[in-house]
Amino acid sequence: MKHTAFFWFTLPSAAAMLLFIFFPTVSIIVQSFHVAHEQVIIEVENCGPFGCTTATAIDQEATAELREAEPLGQFAGLDVYKDRNHLAVNEFAQLWADRESLGGFVSDLMNLPFYKALGFTLTYTFIVTPLTIVFGFIIAVAVNSAARTLRGPLIFFTLLPNIVTPLIGGLILFWMVDARGVIGTALRWLADDPGLSVKADTGLMWSMLMVYGVWSSAPFAFIVYYAGLQTVSQDTLEAARIDGATRWQQIRHVVIPHLLPLTTFIALIQLMDNFRVFEPIISFNAQAHATSLSWAIFNDLGGETQQLSSAAATSVLTVIGVAILLSPVLVRTYRSYGKA
Amino acid sequence: MASKAQKRPLALQIVLIATLVIWMIAAAFPFFWTLWGSFKVEADFFSLTNWTNSLTGERTIAETGDAFTGQGYYGAWVQEEFWRAAWNSTLVCLFVVSVSLTLGTLGGYALARSTYRYAFWFLLIALIFRALPPITLVSGYLPVFFDLNIWGYLPTAIIVLVAINQPFTLWMLHSFFKNIPSELDESAMVDGCTRFQAFRHVIIPVMWPGVITTGLFSFLLAYNDFAVTAMILDKQNQTMVPKIASFLGTTQTKGNVMFAVAAVVSTTAPLFLLIMFFQRQIVSGLTAGAVKG
Repeated sequence: MKHTAFFWFTLPSAAAMLLFIFFPTVSIIVQSFHVAHEQVIIEVENCGPFGCTTATAIDQEATAELREAEPLGQFAGLDVYKDRNHLAVNEFAQLWADRESLGGFVSDLMNLPFYKALGFTLTYTFIVTPLTIVFGFIIAVAVNSAARTLRGPLIFFTLLPNIVTPLIGGLILFWMVDARGVIGTALRWLADDPGLSVKADTGLMWSMLMVYGVWSSAPFAFIVYYAGLQTVSQDTLEAARIDGATRWQQIRHVVIPHLLPLTTFIALIQLMDNFRVFEPIISFNAQAHATSLSWAIFNDLGGETQQLSSAAATSVLTVIGVAILLSPVLVRTYRSYGKA
Repeated sequence: MASKAQKRPLALQIVLIATLVIWMIAAAFPFFWTLWGSFKVEADFFSLTNWTNSLTGERTIAETGDAFTGQGYYGAWVQEEFWRAAWNSTLVCLFVVSVSLTLGTLGGYALARSTYRYAFWFLLIALIFRALPPITLVSGYLPVFFDLNIWGYLPTAIIVLVAINQPFTLWMLHSFFKNIPSELDESAMVDGCTRFQAFRHVIIPVMWPGVITTGLFSFLLAYNDFAVTAMILDKQNQTMVPKIASFLGTTQTKGNVMFAVAAVVSTTAPLFLLIMFFQRQIVSGLTAGAVKG
């Protein structure tokens, strides 16, 4: 395809991505180095019949002027990154100096907002991803063994948790897990503890969020593995049987090697998606026990005062996290596609 | 296919069936439970005294005289004007799907046909963009949107969703167009068509299966989005998902959590139908990236 034709064909798409993905990324980086202007305070002298008093007031005009002149705010360097809500450099050093044990240090660290969010996000990502792969594989093997006529409906119901809106899926589970809901009741009965409530217990809340994570992403792993199982070479399997391979050996040496590339694919997509975990925290109203990086950005942006610089700094740190997670993938894609 | 030699031992068969049954319950039961409960009053849907109340609807009978009530639906759709959110969602989905497919087919076709190195870089950058969580971009949008006074309107949300959707759409359509033999459009160009005419008369008629599959995923992204729409739409223009989230804040105090339950069921219903009619396309779409590597 000629250069000019390529240019015109890709122009609309490239323009959309440039304007609404690339520029905003640059903009959050710039923004994260600035803080909003403080209001200009002036002293006003109020003179009445009983003498004069001085009071401080906000000079609206001067404030507006200042904001007009430098709309980005004051240049702050890395200050936003270093403050208590982000990397908390001073608090971190203090905690490290005062540490008595490593466990105590980690649990103190989890009181700082950014580390709390990062801690949950990483735990969630690295627990949910492998579990998703394992459950997806088990379900795929089970569905593949079912009668052909049953498979359609089985796939239909399996897809539901994955296709349904994440916020809604989270809510549906949360309402059932609520102390007054059906699973909540069952849990209380099982634990024989009438006071048990997911809302009140950090450990339970973390596990429920991860249960939600596996529940909603296992269908994706399932469908990829299921498609993979359809293309396992029957000839190779037959050859293995003739050579006397047991059922387990057939799976171990024929099926699993065939599915291995698919596992890398699933792991990649899942790492990417789990790292942005956000909706279930809203659904489960879990912010007291668990927050994630995405939630922290959302929280800065919502609320009464929009803390744009703070949100921008967390966004940049999140992007760096994504870049670290993604770097092996990019290298791999570069090698496999780049040479072709 | 299942020959005698392949016949499974009984124990294995039982394990497989048990796995299926447990998974089916885990996957489907929550939806049916919520559907059933949405026709009850709150005291039954959340029952501390006796969980069977939510099945029999004891309090519902006491309060309304019937075991089923449409109160939650009435409250959500009429009182809280959920119909407005539903209409907004319809508009957003319709435009996001049509615009992203238009941009995506043009771009995806060009990427599939170009043999130059920059096409590869284009795709690699799109892959990086796909990995960015959309919420990280929002703090970049807000100051600009406030400044230009376009914050809060549906067209703004539509354009943003189209852009966020592009990387995925491009990748999917790119791999789809690669499977259409290039001899097809090349022969049209030998006959004197320009590149665009070849695309218009030869490729467009055969591209629909791939476009439908990609369109489904664009639809799901627009329909399911919460992070972006919640941040850049004002209250009047909210789509369904942020609207449900706003129910949680306001109605839980009013004791009307049933509005949210009814709204959740109403929002899930179209997805149910979507999977029912397009199961094959969804499956092929989910596996598209994997099987080709």
